[in-house]
Amino acid sequence: MKTATQPAWVISLVILAILLVAWHIATVQPAFNPAGFTEEQLMGLEFKGDIVRDRKGGYLYNPAKSRGIPGPLAVLKKTRDELSEAFKKKGTNDHGIAYLVRYTVTRFAAGFISASVVAMFVGVLIGLSPLLYRALNPFIQVLKPISPLAWMPLLLYSVQDPTWTAILVVFMASLWPTIANTAFGVSTIRKDYLQVASLLQLSWWRRLLTVILPAAAPAIVAGLRISFGSALVAVVPAEMLLGELGVGYLTWIEWNNLDISGVMFAILVVGVVGVILDFGFNRLARLVSYAE
Amino acid sequence: MDYLTVDHVTKHFPLLNGSGSSGNGKSFCVLKNVSLRVAKGEFITTIGHSGCGKSTLLNIIAGFDKGSEGGIILEGKEVSQPGLDRMVVFQSFALMPWLTAFNNIRLAVKAAYPAWDERKVREHTQKYIDMMGLKGAEGKRPAFLSGGMRQRVGLARAFAVEPKVLLLDEPFAQIDALTRGVIQEELVRMWSTTQSTVFMVTHDVDEAILLSDRIALMTNSPEAKIAECLDVNIPRPRSRATIIDLLEYTRLRNHILHFLMTQGSQGKSET
Repeated sequence: MKTATQPAWVISLVILAILLVAWHIATVQPAFNPAGFTEEQLMGLEFKGDIVRDRKGGYLYNPAKSRGIPGPLAVLKKTRDELSEAFKKKGTNDHGIAYLVRYTVTRFAAGFISASVVAMFVGVLIGLSPLLYRALNPFIQVLKPISPLAWMPLLLYSVQDPTWTAILVVFMASLWPTIANTAFGVSTIRKDYLQVASLLQLSWWRRLLTVILPAAAPAIVAGLRISFGSALVAVVPAEMLLGELGVGYLTWIEWNNLDISGVMFAILVVGVVGVILDFGFNRLARLVSYAE
Repeated sequence: MDYLTVDHVTKHFPLLNGSGSSGNGKSFCVLKNVSLRVAKGEFITTIGHSGCGKSTLLNIIAGFDKGSEGGIILEGKEVSQPGLDRMVVFQSFALMPWLTAFNNIRLAVKAAYPAWDERKVREHTQKYIDMMGLKGAEGKRPAFLSGGMRQRVGLARAFAVEPKVLLLDEPFAQIDALTRGVIQEELVRMWSTTQSTVFMVTHDVDEAILLSDRIALMTNSPEAKIAECLDVNIPRPRSRATIIDLLEYTRLRNHILHFLMTQGSQGKSET
């Protein structure tokens, strides 16, 4: 009876607890059992560093050498270590997590915002002119399904700079959904809004700002939201492939270090950054939405 | 002297063939040779069946549409584009849903009087808000207003521009019957205080008689035309409660209903 009135976050917490416990149980290491190994095999394992001797002379798995998937405790420890050094720069490629997040968010924002401005402009133009729409539609249809990462070699070759290439990959990822939705929103504005605009003899510019953009705003925001998601998806592999410092880069460098806890930590950071950006975006979207 | 003249307007719509493009030059004649003269300060109503072409006529006067032949003359000048001198009150209200009631009216006032400063624009807007009984609702968006309140905003927006001619396109069709009566009376009050000229389109006979100085009866399309114009010789102010007892009211009502019914049966026999 009581569960029906429980808020959803209680259930979320329960699910989280179950997942963590299951994860812990699945990854917990059994104590090393020397039975079944010959003396020679044990010496070999010790020589490789897989096992160590404790003070009493028994054998243990080497705690410094990770085996299998790390459990939640290892990831927690890694998280704590990383967060305690969040604002430290220990080397050219070893910046604290706060810096990495900042690099990624900056890169993401630059690509996404510039693409959105261009896409809205193009979208309004082709939304207002059916002729232009039909003329440009074949190009959009061909360019739209291309994965933004497929552009990367060409972009890298053209701009000769990984920083700009990463931004341009995000740019390409966030362009098409906004163009398509803006054009749709502008071309389907209710006729009477435009009639009012023509009655009031608004100039082209004022008509755009006071009637067309606000009327199309819900459709434009829906397009921006799709672009936002695909840009967020694109920024991680772009950093990996280009070696640009950021949270995507972190996942790859931790893999190169064979630090699986680090990889998991980096994945978590990517998720958290995504949630924070999405939260900010929703706030923005609420400002421009309206009820019919 | 005539203030607004509808001069021999004929309107053809191209007939669309299956593929959606206009094919083989065939067309559908909605209006045929429609002429109407409206005096300054007059309240004239065009009445006819739904789809008879009366809204097309209003769109042509507003400048949203162009007649295939003939034209519209306002104060001696031909008008063919939409403009602030002919404000339309829409059946669908056509309020910007992202603006508050106040800002919907303010948008129009700013467009009509670009030279005014912000304070003057706000004062003027507030004046029409008060006149239409919108006090207290000015900060709300249209979605949070009833149909009646929305059309009050629509009327306030149109009156605030102080147009030469007010075009009303079935303005009360989407408002419930009780509210409709109240707003109709407010419309008459606004019309007489502002001395505006009004061209209304409706299919509601009682509404037409209550509000109009003159009623133009429109035949059904194709080739719709104005069959006759009736003067409404009922002194103002008129009240919904007392008007129905007048002999003149009954006479006009029967005449119009008879006209519409014969039109209706013609329409049926054709299809």
